Amino acid sequence: MSRRAMFKFRLYVAGDALNSAQALANLTALCRAQLPDRHEIEVVDVFREPARALADGIFMTPTLLRLAPSPVRSIVGTLSQTQPVVQALGLDAIAA
Amino acid sequence: MNPSRSSSLKSPAKAPTGIAGFDAITGGGLPCGRTTLLVGGPGSGKTVLALQFLAHGARACKEPGIFVAFEETSKRVVGNAASFGWKLTDLQRGKKLYFMDAQPLPDLIQSGDFDLGGMLAALEVKTREMGAKRIVFDALDVVLALLPDLAAERREIYRLHAWLLARELTGIITLKSGADETNSISQQPFGFMQFMVDCAVILNHSVVLGVSQRSLRVQKYRGSGFDENESAFLIGSSGFEVAVAHTLSRVDVKVSNERVSSGIARLDTMLGGGYYRGASVLITGFSGTAKTTLSGAFAEAACRRGERTMFVCFDTNSTEVVRNLSSVGIRLDRYVKNGSLRMISARAITGSAETYLVRIKALAQEHGARCVVIDPVSAWSKSGNDLSTQSVADRLIDWSKGEGTTLVCTSLLDEMSGQGEGGSQLQISALVDTWIHLNYLIQAGERNRGLSIVKSRGTTHSNQVRELILSDAGVTLADTYTAGGEVLMGTLRWEKERAERALHEAAEVAAKLKRVKLDAEEAELEVRLKSLQTELIAKQVEKALLVRTTQSDKGELSRGRTQMKELRGADAAIPGRKVGPS
Repeated sequence: MSRRAMFKFRLYVAGDALNSAQALANLTALCRAQLPDRHEIEVVDVFREPARALADGIFMTPTLLRLAPSPVRSIVGTLSQTQPVVQALGLDAIAA
Repeated sequence: MNPSRSSSLKSPAKAPTGIAGFDAITGGGLPCGRTTLLVGGPGSGKTVLALQFLAHGARACKEPGIFVAFEETSKRVVGNAASFGWKLTDLQRGKKLYFMDAQPLPDLIQSGDFDLGGMLAALEVKTREMGAKRIVFDALDVVLALLPDLAAERREIYRLHAWLLARELTGIITLKSGADETNSISQQPFGFMQFMVDCAVILNHSVVLGVSQRSLRVQKYRGSGFDENESAFLIGSSGFEVAVAHTLSRVDVKVSNERVSSGIARLDTMLGGGYYRGASVLITGFSGTAKTTLSGAFAEAACRRGERTMFVCFDTNSTEVVRNLSSVGIRLDRYVKNGSLRMISARAITGSAETYLVRIKALAQEHGARCVVIDPVSAWSKSGNDLSTQSVADRLIDWSKGEGTTLVCTSLLDEMSGQGEGGSQLQISALVDTWIHLNYLIQAGERNRGLSIVKSRGTTHSNQVRELILSDAGVTLADTYTAGGEVLMGTLRWEKERAERALHEAAEVAAKLKRVKLDAEEAELEVRLKSLQTELIAKQVEKALLVRTTQSDKGELSRGRTQMKELRGADAAIPGRKVGPS
């Protein structure tokens, strides 16, 4: 994995639900710390775009998808436990 | 329990499930616009019931439905249900049914709290798009298990419930219950759901004495009466089949005064004309007392009348029954060939008594049978517990009465237990209309079959024990003789018959002889009478002659005297007579 590879994230949130807001905050903080200038975050509100949630098969909110680099990874929850999230997103390799 | 009545009253509207027995239990179906919880162990039929509810709604009630599959993929769900013939794929294509795959990915990583907002948002779209009225969440526990704590689980359940209520969707949530013991469900984390929902149904699948038995029970139903008892059910070829003990509408079926032949002329006479159409007949007896033969005779008679008949054999293969019966002049093969008689070897059917009943009902309906023979019904008591078998027997009779089917059941009595006439094991003798008992009488080194009618409702019937004689010419009933307080059968009867015949003949001969004798005497008397009469006439003639002769003699004499006097002239005149001058 290239050091300069871009990380593309998509976060599905459910309006301004508390856990969704927490997830967005956690993700933003994580990216700022670990991937400065190397990340894109797309936020999809399932209440506003339910058809998209249906098409993408998103049933639990918040759900984070790592679209790039491949393979696609998904994490469900507030992303509050940093260590498993870092591992799952493959950020530990960068930190090392 | 009448659906039309209950819906017009204040009770909540019902969403019919299309499962006849279940709708009867709940008085019309599940509560409309409310949530129903379906709890059951593995393989208890939760998904099937839920799917059938959706399929029926989509097809028959114009209520499109959504199936949210948490556990199995929708493809597999549809595939598994293909055998029921609900044509789910057609409904899917017609946008009457939608399957949502909501299985959590196996490699799903979870960090922190989450909720089902995404699913509900997606469902919101779909519901509006389809105009869905029914929704099923299958195996909600799968997704609940992912939630980090109990509080989150509860929160999501409430969220779901509130969402369903707000959209007035008739929902089913299925949940697994861990153990077979359904009572312990409230101890489980989501046990409180039973308190939350408006209707809860518990499915049970247990094994009793090695026989699988399914039952369901409506645990609660807010705002409506329901049958609170456990009802046996079966997953048959077209889905759920719930057995309901008594449907009230069926109790007052039209009774028939028509008589149908038992197949044995003498037995018909004993019964005052035969069985009633639509009656239930029980033939009890030990093994080998010709129960099958008697029921076979009935089947043959029914076929001869051109009535479609079904013969269910539990003990022997149906082809064997046909062959064996042909040895006593009951020819069933031609009716099997022309299709009016359907022989079923029920040994092949395995399962609970409930299974038997449902299968028999289905087969009888398929065949359009007016007469059904079950040989022997006591085979049921082998399968499963007595209690359920008893209720199955009750329902069998209930069903046959409702359909107007003439039912002949045989019941094997256990020789060892020495029940005698103590009734059948299933205790259905109290329910049946006619009870014929067959037994053996061992006498003078012979074992002979005896037939007696224990009861026959609404018909006069003979109180006599008759001997049942099987021969290649057919089945006949012979009178029995009592001698010295004992019933004579077999050779003894024959001897008695012969003796009586001899006696009768002797008496006849004696009478004839006497008659001849009397004839002779009469003839003799007549002859004598004639000769006497002739003699009498002769005597009369003689007498007449005598009288005449005497008179003429007298006249002659007097005349002669006068003449003589006149001739003599000289004789003194006869005193008192002046003849001349003195």
